[in-house]
Amino acid sequence: MSTTTASASAPQPTHRPLWRRALGFNLLTAVLLGVGGYYLGWFIGHQISGPSFNYESATDENDVALLLAYFFGVVGFLIGLGFANYPLSRLLGRPASLREKEQEGIGRYFGLCTDHKVVGLQYLVGIGVFFFIGGLNAMLIRTELLHDTPTVVGPNQYLSLVGMHGTMMMGMFTSGVLGPFANYFVPIMIGARRMAFPRIESLTFWLLMAAGFILTSTIFFGGFPTGWTGYEPLNDQAVIGMDSYICFFALVGVSMCLLGVNMLATIMTMRAPGMTWSRLPIFVWSVFATAVILVLAAPVLVATLLMASLDRTIDTSFFIVGGGGSPYLFENLFWFFGHPEVYVLALPGFGILLELLPVFARKPLWGYRLAVSGMLGVTLLSFFVWQHHLFVSGINADLRPFYMLSTEIISIPTGFIFLCVMGTLWKGRISFAVPMLFCLAWVFNFLIGGLSGVFLSDAPSDTGTHGSFFVMAHFHYTIMGGLIFTFFAAIYYWVPKMTGLRFNESLAKWHFWLMFISFNSTFLPLFALGMKGMPRRVSSYAPNLVGLNVWVSISAFVLGFSMLIFLFNAVYSLIFVREPAAANPWHSKSIEWQTPTPVPVHNFEQIPVFDADPYDYGTPLPLAGTQAAPAGT
Amino acid sequence: MSEPNHARRFGVIWLVATLIATPLAILLLGPILPPGNGSEQASEQVTDNTVLLAMATPVLLLVVIYLIYSVICFRQPKGGALEGPAVRGDARVQTTWIVVTSLLVLSLATFATVRLETDYGSGSGSGPTPLTVPKGPKLPVQVIAQQWKFTFRYPTYGGVETPHLVLPVGQMVELHVTSLDVIHSFWAIQLGVKVDANPGVDNVAFVRPTRVQTFEVRCSELCGIWHGAMFDYGHVVTPSAFKTWIHQEQVTFAPATKLLPPYSTTYVPNPTRRGE
Repeated sequence: MSTTTASASAPQPTHRPLWRRALGFNLLTAVLLGVGGYYLGWFIGHQISGPSFNYESATDENDVALLLAYFFGVVGFLIGLGFANYPLSRLLGRPASLREKEQEGIGRYFGLCTDHKVVGLQYLVGIGVFFFIGGLNAMLIRTELLHDTPTVVGPNQYLSLVGMHGTMMMGMFTSGVLGPFANYFVPIMIGARRMAFPRIESLTFWLLMAAGFILTSTIFFGGFPTGWTGYEPLNDQAVIGMDSYICFFALVGVSMCLLGVNMLATIMTMRAPGMTWSRLPIFVWSVFATAVILVLAAPVLVATLLMASLDRTIDTSFFIVGGGGSPYLFENLFWFFGHPEVYVLALPGFGILLELLPVFARKPLWGYRLAVSGMLGVTLLSFFVWQHHLFVSGINADLRPFYMLSTEIISIPTGFIFLCVMGTLWKGRISFAVPMLFCLAWVFNFLIGGLSGVFLSDAPSDTGTHGSFFVMAHFHYTIMGGLIFTFFAAIYYWVPKMTGLRFNESLAKWHFWLMFISFNSTFLPLFALGMKGMPRRVSSYAPNLVGLNVWVSISAFVLGFSMLIFLFNAVYSLIFVREPAAANPWHSKSIEWQTPTPVPVHNFEQIPVFDADPYDYGTPLPLAGTQAAPAGT
Repeated sequence: MSEPNHARRFGVIWLVATLIATPLAILLLGPILPPGNGSEQASEQVTDNTVLLAMATPVLLLVVIYLIYSVICFRQPKGGALEGPAVRGDARVQTTWIVVTSLLVLSLATFATVRLETDYGSGSGSGPTPLTVPKGPKLPVQVIAQQWKFTFRYPTYGGVETPHLVLPVGQMVELHVTSLDVIHSFWAIQLGVKVDANPGVDNVAFVRPTRVQTFEVRCSELCGIWHGAMFDYGHVVTPSAFKTWIHQEQVTFAPATKLLPPYSTTYVPNPTRRGE
């Protein structure tokens, strides 16, 4: 039984009347069923628990109703998109097919499509939109911090903004960062025609979009005051906007876990002949390592949030001291997910970086095995360090030496990546195309991020910096300086392949330089601010820190402006100018550049056979002794 | 044109830069590193930070100088299509790198562990039963955090509770930090103290202020809308001034102290929940 067999019925002709096309399983139906499900859940919730009003603002504070509303809304949305069709038809004994893959035209980008290339582009635009919303939140946060007392948005809205910014960036953008490039390129790079589970692949994307919508809807329910960590008991105390956070992150957790399973299955079982583990492109290795973390860490998040929602709805006491629970439990569970999660944000960056460097240095990847073991080492160790987030919390204080050790040990495999970067650059022929500029910026940014991490991993030193702007600067250096810079490298590198169109290069260079300079000018001073005593997530701070904060805010606005340059470039180049890209503009030897543009629906006419890794650059060195050998022997 | 010996040239540049920059970093940046010399613990943290800085400087220089060196020396000529050498690794370099980074990391972890234990938790929250406890007399002070203020209780002075934090200079202080509602974090910035305030938990930290001063107290864990406004000043005063002050407080708050629970080193009230 082959699932790749094309369906017997030919694709329907596309020129049906508009009203006929609006019927059926598509985004419109999905939205209608989603809204319907939302109100159904709201109604059932009120039947179960009755309305409970907040006396101060007279808003309906029914957690049960809101959580059920979100649940039914998401289910309705997914049914509307057609995710129930396949399981139902299999239950009824109908034959399996991948009909969703055969769609044509622009419409396939707005629904359930099992073509991994469509899903990749859906992800790119989808998480890109939320990246910009999250960025706008950051701009508002910096506007508020221009002054040392709450002036612009007020403390409540400020906390909501901080929470939205952090949660959106973590959940919607960086956790989904595998989405665009891994979905698009992993099957091509390993010589497969599709992902292992194409419907689940589409499901991960639409779950993420539903989650993003739910997170954004928190503004109608009072926002949430906890930041992205959602610590108890503040979580339990918060208004119903908190339920949006819980529902959002649980959905993201499900989406991440499914994405991880799909990637693991694809990489393990769908490699073309000759694509051995030691020939796997390093980007695919990074996706593999990330997927392991996703599969193991994300379920913990979902379980934690389920407990939190039970605490909020039916007054269980998992995290409540008075009832026998403990907020420590939440901190432990959250960071057991949360710390591996931050490597979910680092590893794809490593992969993109090491994938791109050989192309622009015209050398093979230096230390392939070292790089792979570095990534796998980070993956393994990432599960043993989470309590360094709790150095001053008083929990397991005697275990602090262990967590210091494990945290500092993790810098050894991370150091491998640096060595591989340096080895690949050594005596290369570096050309400074835009993707390469972003990669070189990674080296500097991640170095600062990593070295500041050593200060934080050291418990005595962490006493001063814990929970301060120092931490904030540290993780922005690793996530923004590490992941987002390589993400932009990947955009400039691969989008010409994905769309067949090229970016305007001088705008791209403006984007890079403005972003690199303003990024450092924004986040370097934050180290100083943290050490001078500015805690995270505050809307009022010591008056002597106003000067530095104003500097940071202005730099942040320039950083935001550099993103506008990118946005302008994307719209201008990809929608208006539409200058076709060269078939292989970077002279890459990787297989994705050898396929036609646009990549055919089934990727390859014939499954390719691999006999080498894709880093066959450079002139071979003369073997030692060959020149000295006499000609006659 | 013969290719220069890049490895030697880079090595010399890095060595010279390290030999210049590391002492400069220690001498110039070391003294201004936070949290300063407000307490024994703070001074010890400055030492730790300086050691980390001294370790980080050569690494920073190594990578940054390497990056600059490569960008300058290993460029593709304009319009060129040259290929680099097809080198795929070097066992000696890799082994050296692994050994050196491992040694660096292990020595840092060992150093930090020793410092943490010899300095009684380095001013950070060490849980209800700290592993190492300073000998000699200690002044217990209970810090009770709630949304959005700190209250300070002096168990050895009749359990008086006051909104002001005053400590005698030169006296080892035993802080017991707890919370009435959500998680807070007690941060006495210039004293180098940071202790999470968890509801239902007695989190202990030790600090010995070394000079008369005013220090900032802030909440360092997000605790709701007025988290940023949860700050105050504390004072380190001479022992005689402390005696005068605490007796004054005892008189002022005598009516309130009568209603408080009887003496205990810990004081863990029931946290409140939403809707109660």
